[in-house]
Amino acid sequence: MSRTDRFLWLMAVLALATALTFVDATLRSHEASPRLATSAALVQELGLTDLALFTEARYTRHLSQADLHTAFQDHPLAFEHFPSGSLLAPPAHLFPTRHADLAAATEVPD
Amino acid sequence: MPIWLQRQKYLIDFTLASLLRRRAKNLGLLLVYALIVFALASVMLYTHALRHEAAHVLAGAPEIVLQRMVAGRHDLIGEEHIARIGQVRGVQTKAGRLWGYFYDPAVKANYTLMVPPDREIAPGDAIIGAGIARTRGLSAGDYLTLRGSDGKAHTLRVAGLLDARSELVSSDLVLVAEPFFRAFFGIPAGQYTDVALRVRNAQEVRKVAEKLTLLLPDTRPILRDEVLRTYDAIFNWRQGVVAVLLLGAILAFVVFAWDKASGLSAEERREIGILKAIGWETSDVIRMKFWEGAIVSLTAFLLGYLAAYAHVFLADAALFEPVLKGWAVLYPRFALVPTVDGLQLATLFFFTVFPYTVATIVPIWRAAITDPDTVMR
Repeated sequence: MSRTDRFLWLMAVLALATALTFVDATLRSHEASPRLATSAALVQELGLTDLALFTEARYTRHLSQADLHTAFQDHPLAFEHFPSGSLLAPPAHLFPTRHADLAAATEVPD
Repeated sequence: MPIWLQRQKYLIDFTLASLLRRRAKNLGLLLVYALIVFALASVMLYTHALRHEAAHVLAGAPEIVLQRMVAGRHDLIGEEHIARIGQVRGVQTKAGRLWGYFYDPAVKANYTLMVPPDREIAPGDAIIGAGIARTRGLSAGDYLTLRGSDGKAHTLRVAGLLDARSELVSSDLVLVAEPFFRAFFGIPAGQYTDVALRVRNAQEVRKVAEKLTLLLPDTRPILRDEVLRTYDAIFNWRQGVVAVLLLGAILAFVVFAWDKASGLSAEERREIGILKAIGWETSDVIRMKFWEGAIVSLTAFLLGYLAAYAHVFLADAALFEPVLKGWAVLYPRFALVPTVDGLQLATLFFFTVFPYTVATIVPIWRAAITDPDTVMR
């Protein structure tokens, strides 16, 4: 077998292995669906809103339910001192607006 | 075999021989290149899988959670508020939720105490999450003592554990009965932590939230969309943080690869001169160098990606886990479900393979169009 043939075989094996990662991902996500369904059912039943990723402070445990001024939750001018704070994105209002301001004054028909 | 293919095969053969002549240098380049692809692909696969999991699991969260705000802070919400929500059209169900935090000094972590809306729990009993059970060494039938807001110790019997498969959302949960919860935290009857609303029509959610803000100005609605976006943003942010940490390594590689690919060594220059002198055309030399760039970058890409897949989904991302997951005393144990986004993979391919291949061609083209005699001198 020539050098080129050996190289082309190597490429074919690597490309096949790459294609197999997609197959593996599909198969394993089917396998994991009962686990995901259990979590999803518990979320539905208890009305949970957040992942239990950071339990060190109340504003990191339920990120989506925390006050908007997260950095000063313990007392005025309190510094954020939990390690997860450095891994979280700054609050959304520091970025350009991504969603409508719900406090906008509109007519309420009800 | 068509002549064109035959020709490419010979060119590849020649290129491989040329690469093997400078074996140590080229293997070194391949290794560093593959490591860069490995690092970028690991971060990409890990964050994509986490984001996918969060979106899937939280899809059943309440459409709207309504919090009462007092002086800018979350406060208890009364029944009279809940009654007024009844006037808003589009709200299917509304229920006051009872949940709160308890800081356990024994393990230095917060538990989330919650009253399940549809599950009967005897007063004095608790159903706990797998994270708490593991950290405190508890199992069904054991007792858990917590100090209440009245300063007294309240003892709970562990009636059962929540399914460990749902640990990602339930690791720190303690489900208790309503009378226990109110007595433990001193919350009077008729008061709730917040209100969970179900809205029948997904397109009405934003409108309902808008009406709620006007009807109850001291409240803040949190939409499920915002919850999902929060998690999307977290993982994007982390992906960015890791990418920034890797930036130094990536830049070093770019300089190294650019130098290797664009600067021609005297030996390579001579090689081109000889090839041209023995009758190779400029286009052949460029094709040969294209194959050189393609062979190195494609092999590095495939090796790097495959190593990243194995690292993230077979070895649980051991190298990046501390940064990407974060940490907590009651950290949930979970194995990520592999998901590969074809588009992300294509983007990674484009940004790693394409620039290197192009960078190898330009200087070769410059050298190849000059006179062989000048090049060889």
